[in-house]
Amino acid sequence: MPPIRDVMPAFELFQPTSVTDALGVLSRHGADAWPMAGGNDTFDWLKDRIKKPRVVVDLSMVNELQGVKDAGGGLEIGSTTTLTTIANHPMVKERFPMLAQAALLVASPQIRNVSTLGGNVSQDARCWYYRAGWPCYRAGGNICYADTPQAINREHALFDADRCVAVSPSDTAPALVALDAQFVIRNGDAERVVSAEEFFVGPGIDITKLTSLQPGDLLTAIRIPNTFANKANYFEKVRDRMVWDFALVNIAASFDMSGTSINDARMVVNGVSATPYRLNSVEAFLRGKARDKATADTAAGMAVEGAVPLAHNAYKIPLMKALVKRAIRGDAAWTS
Amino acid sequence: MDLLTTARSPWGESIFTHISWSLFWASLVGGLLFLLAHGGYMLFSQHRKRPSEEVDQLERERTGLPAHITRHGFVARAFHWVMAVSMLVLLFTAFLPIVGVRFAWVQWHWMAGLLLTASVLFHIFHATFVLDFWSIWVGPKDIPEIKAEVMREMGREDYPGPRPGKYPLGNRLYHLAVMVAGLTVIGTGIMMMWRVRTGLVERNPYIFSDITWGLTYVGHGLMGVGFVGLVIAHIYFALRPEKLWITKAMIFGTITRREYLENHDPDRWKNVA
Ligand SMILES: Cc1cc2nc3c(=O)[nH]c(=O)nc-3n(C[C@H](O)[C@H](O)[C@H](O)COP(=O)(O)OP(=O)(O)OC[C@H]3O[C@@H](n4cnc5c(N)ncnc54)[C@H](O)[C@@H]3O)c2cc1C
Ligand code: HEM
Ligand code: SF4
Repeated sequence: MPPIRDVMPAFELFQPTSVTDALGVLSRHGADAWPMAGGNDTFDWLKDRIKKPRVVVDLSMVNELQGVKDAGGGLEIGSTTTLTTIANHPMVKERFPMLAQAALLVASPQIRNVSTLGGNVSQDARCWYYRAGWPCYRAGGNICYADTPQAINREHALFDADRCVAVSPSDTAPALVALDAQFVIRNGDAERVVSAEEFFVGPGIDITKLTSLQPGDLLTAIRIPNTFANKANYFEKVRDRMVWDFALVNIAASFDMSGTSINDARMVVNGVSATPYRLNSVEAFLRGKARDKATADTAAGMAVEGAVPLAHNAYKIPLMKALVKRAIRGDAAWTS
Repeated sequence: MDLLTTARSPWGESIFTHISWSLFWASLVGGLLFLLAHGGYMLFSQHRKRPSEEVDQLERERTGLPAHITRHGFVARAFHWVMAVSMLVLLFTAFLPIVGVRFAWVQWHWMAGLLLTASVLFHIFHATFVLDFWSIWVGPKDIPEIKAEVMREMGREDYPGPRPGKYPLGNRLYHLAVMVAGLTVIGTGIMMMWRVRTGLVERNPYIFSDITWGLTYVGHGLMGVGFVGLVIAHIYFALRPEKLWITKAMIFGTITRREYLENHDPDRWKNVA
């Protein structure tokens, strides 16, 4: 029988108005509960009847989870703050323009108006075999349909694949890793704060999830320290069409400059691995170097070391090199 | 509760995908319960060795036995420990993630799997051509011994009947179980190497049908969780005070003349050196 599309399976809907109530419902229903913020990822799964949670917890009425505030040496962004708010927020634009830019380049205005930051970083993989409901590793099965010579894997991973070759689809995720953001997660009475790098997990660690969120967890806020506030930074996204499309590859970079030389840098590429891919060796190389063409050329070569292309995604290697060069030069118009 | 998980393949067939991990817990708890039950039982039962007068008598009769008798040669011991290490790595890499210790386990797992495979292939060769191949098997000819051992275990110390040859009955039954489970995880594990990236073979998830793959994962999982109980029992017996002489022999290679006479039937385990 062909799958039924567009008619959602029945579920029990909760619409809490406080974090305490939301946490109560989530812990009561554990793995049966699905937190929902803007619903842009959620409704795909529900309408395709591929995921069938028993309970949906709509977070859109929890005001405490919304908004951007100046807090303790940085910004704290509530998890259900919309991408439109982030893209337009004066404090975000002033201190961390690359995050505003990343949010602005997501999908389309309508989608950004309802999509939340928490939902954007917690969204699931876009691999179409998985999205079509095929029983692959990520869906709990024992096969990857995308990592075969016959597969259509143009959008898939270059790095750190472990049976699953899906990539992280989020535009804001690399920006948050590059800004060393901290994710505040609550579960029942407990709270834990994890770094952006710990928040995202690869298939080797957990093949069925892209994040470290567990049943009962509620991502309440994302904190961005002022370490890279008002410092040079860069975000660029390459996609097949200029609107309403996921990144083929994107890059986020922050630079702490001392005159013309780089004191410290964080560079993160997404769309090439299941987690935002931090360029550790490039970052180490950049310390003390000028942001010029020679530095950029060497760094670009280092960035793609270890890439393992699939049948159809080798184009991502030169694309990634070009983005690394452009980020280091800080010149979007520059290519070579 | 489903003991095996199923899915619908892209072609609409219902296929097995894995075993349910509750079976892992069942095997773990089963192994631990066995250990408690056996430990409790042993507190109240007497340890069965030959009575010391009988051993004295045997020592007088069997002159010419060396003071130390080789129970396991170097090669057999090396095999045992390589296999033990690879087995523990396989178990920990497979099941730590299931109990919540998350790490990239697959690469360590298949590498340990290849080590186990190599050591078992070597063992088969060595046991066939160098060791006494049949000394570890259990078959119909062992029925009198099985009967005698069970009766002695029940407290009838004086029950007549053969004593074990080189390998006590428990050892031989254990070997049989390990052999069946081991050959299954190895066979299925080697097939699964085509599903993961190893750099050794070209990944090809379509070499078998979805149904065959499903059975492969289920077989691997069932025998894999079986090993949890088997290994718990094995380590428990190896550490029991009355069996330590066997464990020591697996480390140092030899047992004393007295241990030999106390625990074995010298007529069934001859050619000692
Ligand atoms: C047509 C289309 C185009 C798109 N293009 C892009 C693009 O270019 N770039 C891009 O980055 N994304 C893109 N997306 C994805 C979209 O941006 C994300 O799906 C969206 O940001 C998710 O936010 P949401 O609030 O709607 O999430 P939801 O659907 O509500 O939630 C997504 C996931 O996060 C979990 N979740 C949400 N909030 C919390 C919380 N507070 N605590 C715990 N778990 C939570 C939910 O359980 C769910 O699993 C696109 C989506 C569509 C439909
Ligand atoms: C006692 C020995 C072993 C135990 C307990 C064990 C256990 C497991 C378990 C529980 C899994 C997960 C299965 C699943 O997802 O359904 C697994 C996967 C795997 N095992 Fe083993 N195994 C053992 C031996 C071996 C051997 C000998 C090999 C190879 C020679 C091997 C290769 C693999 C591979 C490649 C996978 C990954 C398959 C995948 O995720 O697709 N294993 N093993
Ligand atoms: S890449 Fe991952 S999500 Fe896609 S088919 Fe393979 S296992 Fe599934």
